[in-house]
Amino acid sequence: MAATTSAPIDLSAALQLAPTPAADWLVILPPALMIGLGAVLMMLRHRIRLHAPIAIAGLAGLVLIDALLLWRVLAVGPVTMVMGRWLPPFGIAFSVDVFGAVMALVSAVVALAAAVAACTEIDDARLRYGFFPFLLLLMAGVSGAFLTGDIFNLYVWFEVLLISSFGLLILGSEREQIDGAMKYAVLNLIGTTLFLIAVGYLYAVFGTLNMADLVLKARSISGAPLMTLSCLFILAFAMKAAAFPVNFWLPASYHTPRVTVSALFGGLLTKVGIYALLRVMVMLFPLQLEELSLVVAVVAALTMLAAALGMLAQNDLRRLAGYAVIAGIGNMMAGIAVGSVAGLSGAIFYALHSMLAMTALYLVIGRAAALTGEWTLSAQGGLYQRAPGFAFVSLALFLAVAGLPPFSGLWPKIVLVKASLDIGAWWLAGSILLSGFLVTIALARVFLLVYWRPAPGPQAGEGTLPAAAFGPILALGLLIVLFGLFPEWPLSLSQEAAAGLIDPAAYLGSVFPGGGAR
Amino acid sequence: MEALLAVLVGAFFATAVYLMLSRHSVRMLLGIAILGNAVNLLIFTGGRLTREVPPIIGAGLDALPEGAANPLPQALILTAIVISFSFFAFLLVLTYRAYQDLGTDDTDEMRLAEPKDDPMPPLGY
Repeated sequence: MAATTSAPIDLSAALQLAPTPAADWLVILPPALMIGLGAVLMMLRHRIRLHAPIAIAGLAGLVLIDALLLWRVLAVGPVTMVMGRWLPPFGIAFSVDVFGAVMALVSAVVALAAAVAACTEIDDARLRYGFFPFLLLLMAGVSGAFLTGDIFNLYVWFEVLLISSFGLLILGSEREQIDGAMKYAVLNLIGTTLFLIAVGYLYAVFGTLNMADLVLKARSISGAPLMTLSCLFILAFAMKAAAFPVNFWLPASYHTPRVTVSALFGGLLTKVGIYALLRVMVMLFPLQLEELSLVVAVVAALTMLAAALGMLAQNDLRRLAGYAVIAGIGNMMAGIAVGSVAGLSGAIFYALHSMLAMTALYLVIGRAAALTGEWTLSAQGGLYQRAPGFAFVSLALFLAVAGLPPFSGLWPKIVLVKASLDIGAWWLAGSILLSGFLVTIALARVFLLVYWRPAPGPQAGEGTLPAAAFGPILALGLLIVLFGLFPEWPLSLSQEAAAGLIDPAAYLGSVFPGGGAR
Repeated sequence: MEALLAVLVGAFFATAVYLMLSRHSVRMLLGIAILGNAVNLLIFTGGRLTREVPPIIGAGLDALPEGAANPLPQALILTAIVISFSFFAFLLVLTYRAYQDLGTDDTDEMRLAEPKDDPMPPLGY
């Protein structure tokens, strides 16, 4: 096979000839570890007792790796690793900046909490059908989406997390789950297909898929149908994030699986949509986003108000939590619509808070239901008397979700309101405050009815739960309190992440070390 | 050739949207299958369609000759085909199972997760 005629080819233009530095392998490690452990658990599918320890150890490792990655990114700036040593834009690049690293870290923490919570909630049948392998593969998709620097690769990670989420959603095959999964699967698949359409057009216009390369080319190109592309991207990611006119799959499906699965979905999946919206629209198409900012702002306001009204109308606590997830999405989109460093850092801070708070909210609702044996506001009651400590933690969490001090929900809201007032969008600031007010009423009513009111009837729930069932809630609650009392640290991280999105010079420098003058 | 395929892709999209707007899950499923193929054809067309220039790098050159079809979109399609095929298989089983368990293929009647007579939350203490 050896070519006999051609002269030796100079590979240095296309290949990175030196081996990848060991520290750079950190970038690929999170998805690789998750896929590898997921495969190991599938091989051990008959030894279901081994699943939980392996998965929890793996997710603890993921937290550690993501923390190291964040530390490294903060120390040396964005890190890029190319697959197969092909230089960008030829090879697939994994590029991590502060934004990707901090999202990956918080998502790993949330997944670890959900895995611990699963030990006391997921039954043997669901374990046998692969709860933990699905969980790890979901985390592979989520971490991959946060870390990749290639837009087609982002699409692939979306599909990885989507197919794993189908598995988790359908696990148990109850009739409600099948009904919810139909709507979830069809609408999410259409959403990612829209994303793929946009990626196809993007490649036809730019001839590259590497995000850093796209940033450079988007500056020089003119007359291309970038507005159409931007609309497609916004629609696709709004569908993933459950923004208002395309959000109805979320309250139709998120309450059907086990509450640990809902907690995981509520914490992670919609935020991946927000992440993609920020990454693609703010970094690649800032001019088009500015043109469309009014549309995004109106969508954001409608999302948060409609979701807050939805919360008021729900009797089932899990569906109420689903609307709470959507209300948070509205706040994040408001920050994206504002578009300044302050607005974006508010959106990013809110995303970090929302990942922790929504997961904890679903877990609290699950524990409340386990104690009382009921899911509805009309049937629950008397929890304050039976479990005062739990009631205290729940109240703290409700206040955090509603955005009241001294918890983590307050600060991003202050940043968002101030950022919208700074650009004169008083109606956007007003809708943030109004939606926060309605959410406060909805959650205060939950506390009133479920905790303070005496039980309306005999309750079939368990008398007490093992202390382990409350561990993840306490851990997440502690983080929420810490974020609330010491907001400087997450706020400065969010500001750094937002600044990196608006001016991606450091990101470009890590992908094209030669200065990117191509 | 590209113009012809563009019209075909448009027809595929129109058919897919029409089918997906149906209330019956099997038609929706067919719509999704056609949508996936429409996207694949779209990306395929985006990479230039030609038979005149063979995609071979000649001796002494280090890039494809001008006007050759771009092989990268074809690689993207391969990925997309595998993904959409697996999703279609999953949805097919899900639809069949939904038909078995819920006894209907009309999505308007699939109200198990969101019952129509869901009571309002209590208005008083």
